[in-house]
Amino acid sequence: MITRAQTLARAAELRARFEAAGALPVETPILQSAETLLDLYGEEIRARAYVTSDALRGEQMLRPDFTVAVVQMHMADGAEPARYTYSGEVFRRQEHDPDRANEYIQVGYEVFDRANPAASDAEVFALIAQAVAPLNLRAATGDIGLLTAAVRGLKTTEPRKAALLRHIWRPRRFRALLDRFSGRVPLSARREQLLAGDIACDAPLVGKRTQAEIDRRIQTLRDDAKAPPVSAAEVDLLDALLGVRETLPFALEQLRDIAVDLPSISSAVDGISRRAEALAARGVDVENLPFETSFGRTSMEYYDGFVFGFFSPNRADLPALATGGRYDALTRRLGQGAEIPAVGGVLRPGLMLELEAQS
Amino acid sequence: MTVKLGVPSKGRLMEKTFDWFSQRGVTLTRTGSEREYAGAVNGVQGVSLVLLSAGEVPRELATGRLHFGVTGTDLVQERLPLWEQQIEPVQELGFGHADLVLAVPKAWIDVDTLDDLDAAATAFRAVHNMRLRIATKYHRLVREHLRHGGVADYALVDSQGATEGTVANETAEAIADITSSGETLRANHLKVLGEEPILRSQATLWRSRVAPVSDADRVVIDGLISQLTG
Repeated sequence: MITRAQTLARAAELRARFEAAGALPVETPILQSAETLLDLYGEEIRARAYVTSDALRGEQMLRPDFTVAVVQMHMADGAEPARYTYSGEVFRRQEHDPDRANEYIQVGYEVFDRANPAASDAEVFALIAQAVAPLNLRAATGDIGLLTAAVRGLKTTEPRKAALLRHIWRPRRFRALLDRFSGRVPLSARREQLLAGDIACDAPLVGKRTQAEIDRRIQTLRDDAKAPPVSAAEVDLLDALLGVRETLPFALEQLRDIAVDLPSISSAVDGISRRAEALAARGVDVENLPFETSFGRTSMEYYDGFVFGFFSPNRADLPALATGGRYDALTRRLGQGAEIPAVGGVLRPGLMLELEAQS
Repeated sequence: MTVKLGVPSKGRLMEKTFDWFSQRGVTLTRTGSEREYAGAVNGVQGVSLVLLSAGEVPRELATGRLHFGVTGTDLVQERLPLWEQQIEPVQELGFGHADLVLAVPKAWIDVDTLDDLDAAATAFRAVHNMRLRIATKYHRLVREHLRHGGVADYALVDSQGATEGTVANETAEAIADITSSGETLRANHLKVLGEEPILRSQATLWRSRVAPVSDADRVVIDGLISQLTG
């Protein structure tokens, strides 16, 4: 049994390691504005974070992670460039798996630096990789930016691209939308009637959504019905892209092949290539580093570029021992006009000790 | 120790539950004054009756304070995320049928599916600078349903009663509630989204998997189950 004292001692060691790498230690409040988190993540955050409230401040959440608070702090008064480290409890509501902890210690390292994103990515990954090196974990990496670049480059309408981009993190919905936009799913009879103007309604309109909004949506649907479908060739390219799962050098080779027909991903592929060089320069074994386009897509996170995780190969039941990634868009959303490229990662010292105790 | 059976303490649900048991030779009666929640069981030995709110039955079964209990599938699944590990259904009772459905204004002729709801919600947020509100008391079930369906940009607002009225009162844009006939929905100018309901519910006899059971209790429990389901 790992005690809390042992976990805190390990957390302090890890944080000292990050301080030695140049990070400023920071503390953030445990209670966070529910409004901010709900705006970022939507109602789904309620399934993952504990909500509490009082009559004056309304709803507050027990921090489900540090990143949002660290970004807010940095955007409010941080100097550039900046490196931060922190350690402390995070709280996650668990409704499906009683074996998962609902309160645990995280230690993190976050970099806000405009100079060289590939180098910052490599810096964070290498530091986290070194911290977990004795555990012989399986690493996973990916890049959310590939898929967003591919969607932006589709030869189709802006509303369709916006819908796909909004659902990048919901693979099922993404697939359903793609099937619809590519004409693989026929319109329902009712939808045909609606487009033809054959649906009348005698019920009075109640509620806040106006007739103008309804009319506008019907017009959007009509415009969409007239727009040519996303071509089968483009859908195949997206599928090929989503299917890339190789060690990094082979993945890059495949991505370059796909980029010949899907030039919109070229700059994202160049970025991955630069990152591979930066990782190699940091001593990471790039030849054997896995890369998977779909990695990081199902977690409800804010990453929009490089993503990574470290998992126990023997204990598939354990969640990731470390995760991280790039979240430039989050700084834009929390920055009220300002933005800065940012990348970070977190470790779970409690899980690290649990694995060590086994071996 | 006796085997404890919990049933809803008032209304049609109580009456129909009493009828269902009496048809199987087990007579449940309220004792004492009209307002006292005490009861008796005849026709089977070693079982005591607990009268309580249907909404409390799931928790009492999950903590093992009741061995058996009658309540709706909706309340069990909303309140016990891991219900299969804590309790098991013995028998569906064939009454108290109700579906948990999503409903939107009937005049939203452009919204028939979850896909439409998602698109409407996104556009709504852009226009009104707020997330589309769905009034319900079934927060967990509705949230899981919408996550599964890939709907984003909505907000659940709590409504413990008169939920169908929230849309006209502009405290919500849509609702998720239990309906048996759909009449109240129609009267409030709402329509059910044309997909499967979130949940089909009916009154069900449940058995706790965790309640402490002595050897004598086991005999009583086996006897009761065979009498009720045989």
